[in-house]
Amino acid sequence: MKSILDIQNIEKYYGNQNNLTKAIHQISFRVEEGEFVAIMGSSGSGKTTLLNCIATIDRVTSGHILVDGKDITLLKGNQLNQFRREKLGFIFQDFNLLDTLTAYENIALALSIQNVPFKEMEERILKVSQDLDITSILKKYPYQLSGGQKQRVASARAIVTNPKLVLADEPTGALDSKNAKMLLESFSYLNTKRNTTILMVTHDAFTASYASRIIFIKDGKVFNEIRKGDQSRKSFFDQIIDVVTLLGGDFGDVI
Amino acid sequence: MLFKLSWQNLKKSFKDYAIYFFTLILGVAIFYLFNSIESQTVLLDVSKNTQAIIQLLMNMLSIVSVFVALVLGFLILYASRFLMKRRSREFGIYMVLGMEKKNISKLLLCETFFIGLLSLFVGLGIGIFLSQIMSVFVANLFEADLTHFQFVFSALAFWKTIIYFGIMYGCVMIFHTISVGKCKLIDLLQASKKSEQVKLKSPLLCIFLFFLAVGALSFAYYKVTIGVTTLTNASDIFLPIFLGLGATFLIIWSLSGVFLRIMMHFRAHYFHQLNSFIVREVSSKINTTTFSLSVITILLFLTICILSSAWSIQNSMTYNLKKMAPIDLQVVKKMNLEQKNNNQGISYDFLLNDADRMDTKLSILESFQQASFDYENWLDDILEISLYRVPNMTFQKTLGDAYSIVKEQNPYLSYDMVEDFMKISDYNRLASKFSLPTYSLLDSEYILLANFSSMESLRNVALNLKTPLLFEGVTLTPKYQTCQEGFIYMSQGHINSGLFLVPDSLLTDDLREENILVANYKGNDEQKENIEKMIVSFQQHPYFQQLSYSQLSWITKASLYESSVGLSAMVTFIGLYLGIIFLMSSAAILALKELSESADNKIRYQMLRKLGTDEKMICRALFYQIAIFFFFPLLFALIHSIFGIQFCNYLLETFGNEQLFKSIIMTSSVLVFIYGGYFLLTYYCSKNIITDRGRGY
Repeated sequence: MKSILDIQNIEKYYGNQNNLTKAIHQISFRVEEGEFVAIMGSSGSGKTTLLNCIATIDRVTSGHILVDGKDITLLKGNQLNQFRREKLGFIFQDFNLLDTLTAYENIALALSIQNVPFKEMEERILKVSQDLDITSILKKYPYQLSGGQKQRVASARAIVTNPKLVLADEPTGALDSKNAKMLLESFSYLNTKRNTTILMVTHDAFTASYASRIIFIKDGKVFNEIRKGDQSRKSFFDQIIDVVTLLGGDFGDVI
Repeated sequence: MLFKLSWQNLKKSFKDYAIYFFTLILGVAIFYLFNSIESQTVLLDVSKNTQAIIQLLMNMLSIVSVFVALVLGFLILYASRFLMKRRSREFGIYMVLGMEKKNISKLLLCETFFIGLLSLFVGLGIGIFLSQIMSVFVANLFEADLTHFQFVFSALAFWKTIIYFGIMYGCVMIFHTISVGKCKLIDLLQASKKSEQVKLKSPLLCIFLFFLAVGALSFAYYKVTIGVTTLTNASDIFLPIFLGLGATFLIIWSLSGVFLRIMMHFRAHYFHQLNSFIVREVSSKINTTTFSLSVITILLFLTICILSSAWSIQNSMTYNLKKMAPIDLQVVKKMNLEQKNNNQGISYDFLLNDADRMDTKLSILESFQQASFDYENWLDDILEISLYRVPNMTFQKTLGDAYSIVKEQNPYLSYDMVEDFMKISDYNRLASKFSLPTYSLLDSEYILLANFSSMESLRNVALNLKTPLLFEGVTLTPKYQTCQEGFIYMSQGHINSGLFLVPDSLLTDDLREENILVANYKGNDEQKENIEKMIVSFQQHPYFQQLSYSQLSWITKASLYESSVGLSAMVTFIGLYLGIIFLMSSAAILALKELSESADNKIRYQMLRKLGTDEKMICRALFYQIAIFFFFPLLFALIHSIFGIQFCNYLLETFGNEQLFKSIIMTSSVLVFIYGGYFLLTYYCSKNIITDRGRGY
């Protein structure tokens, strides 16, 4: 299988000489095409920093990140923007939809900044909204939508450009359990049916149980890694809980 | 503690709200600058006449200042209102931490005090500095020599500025206290989370109201331009004004909806790059600021009209004077007084004293001799001619058949006004001295001269009908079917509303209304100046003192120039003062509105960046967004002004509008400088805020 994401010995330090914080300390892993990977860790473990570095929003102090075979730590200026719009899709915790635009226009925005012709745009939006079951709400504004609907619109925006990699930062963080479940089922659907590669950051074991592989991070280092394999989601969930318990007390209050 | 906190806040927000401070400082500086004109002119060596005009100017400026203070006061209140809104989260945190509302009020009080103190201090400093430069400009305007530079400082303007702005800041403090008292903690904390509700207005209603407003506006435009003659009462002007105001608001209200619909119609273009984002942002902004945008449009419209009219008056007066005051001295004297009535209809025959009775039979030159005025030594090119009136020759009569048409359109003119006549040969002699065209006449013809354009057009109606003049048994027909150019009195503008030139033989001495003498001074410029002074003192000669009614009226070129300079200086000052303040206020409101939303914008642009939008595209989107927000009201105001300026010209007709083009150029340069400056400043500040990567994500 082809490797979409290859992280090689990355480090990220904050602060100055007197007060150095190691947010990421020697992390390496790979994500293959069509995988659904979750990164788990408590707050302060460095998982958001990791995501930011992959998203080229932040820069690594040392090490390399290869996306689709290309080293993104060497990119500069508008190359970064170009990389983001062509290779990546983003899903945020607080949706980040533009409230002045309709759902349709929000999705279209991702395509129009790539200068996709308007006819093709319409077809692609229609297809992706069928996949995510949002065709009926395309004409609505964000304030008219529920949290789950908003997140599915945001997901549509993330995958409509057919990115190599979809990055999701706590996608269920602002959703109730019912909506969270619906969204995660959409993710599974996209992952299996459209073969979308997803990298998701979360601290919620239930959310993580939808992934096919989970990488645990603690204090800026990879702590453990588990694969779902053939087991059911229920037993995978139990396995996650075991690891979380191992990870230490500060996870206790989450579950 | 409070003191320290407010000082910290001030330092922190100084960068974010630089434009607000900048506007306050500019407001203070301009306020001081225009109120200190008096002290700038004290040092100038100017005549009494000019001093009187300066006094008048000062009085006018202090009235205008009250108005300006009101405008600035509203600006400051408006600005502080949405600066408060932006900080609601901060206040929420204070309250969560247990700070009392009373203390928050005190905090704001402290801050306002600091801001006030700082802006007054800096603003007055700049004002005092600028007034040094201004004094050179003032000296130039009053055509006085500024032989030596002297530091000018007006204590009066200084204290006035402090008091006026003190009151304004006081109002802001009261306002803050009230609004802090009313606010709820939950609203404060969640203010930033409330997503904006985009309500799409019903498109049909929008289109209906849009066309209704366009119709109303067209009617108002028609009323003040082509249909201007139907405005007979001063109060008639209120209808077009109210229509214009209402229509402006409705058009802006409906336009955001209509604009969006139209743009969305061109789908391929709408979904190109960030266009959909720009269009949505702009229309939502217009949607939420309909009222402010209407006020700004009106303010800009007023600015354009005030500035261009002021300059038009100034330029035209200077231009006209060269043409309309061609000779050094003109003296006019009423003749045959004993046969006439005064204003109250009492016959002068009862009023005249013996000296009057004798003098009224004398020509002007003979009067000069009586006062032993050695005119041959001083005056050159002397010419004395007479103006005649025929008792029953009224305006109504000379209009002939055209009377009923003219009366219908202009019911309030006085039609029993007696017309002026002059012998053709007399006029030609005067015209050659004035370098005006001369005319020739057959015995059965007359010529009508006029240059006051609204009267000209009325009289042309009659001339077009070849209205005959029934004159002592002789019938005269018009030689030309339009009024001809010409005048007999020196003045600053076009005020000749009608003068009939007729064959010499028709006018007899007993019909003489007045005598007119024109002359030039002898000698070089310096000698001429002395003669001017002598003429002024000669008017107080004992011979003239003993006369009660039979007086001479004196018009000199120099005095015309002087009063015109004063008048044009006055309109320039008041025009500039109001214009700059209005322009600054409206630009500042737009700039503050835009910048105060930059925090929201920052999140939006961050998101666009995460989607991978090019930096160039983002800057372009920001630029277009701000440009449309700034230039849409300006464009609207310009359309208003096309009609407004025409109406102003109609009102200011006597001043002439020959120099309209020049004044429009000058107005637009001020507009570009101030408004464009604010626009660029806003753009760069917003760009700074949205590209600030330090915080966020």
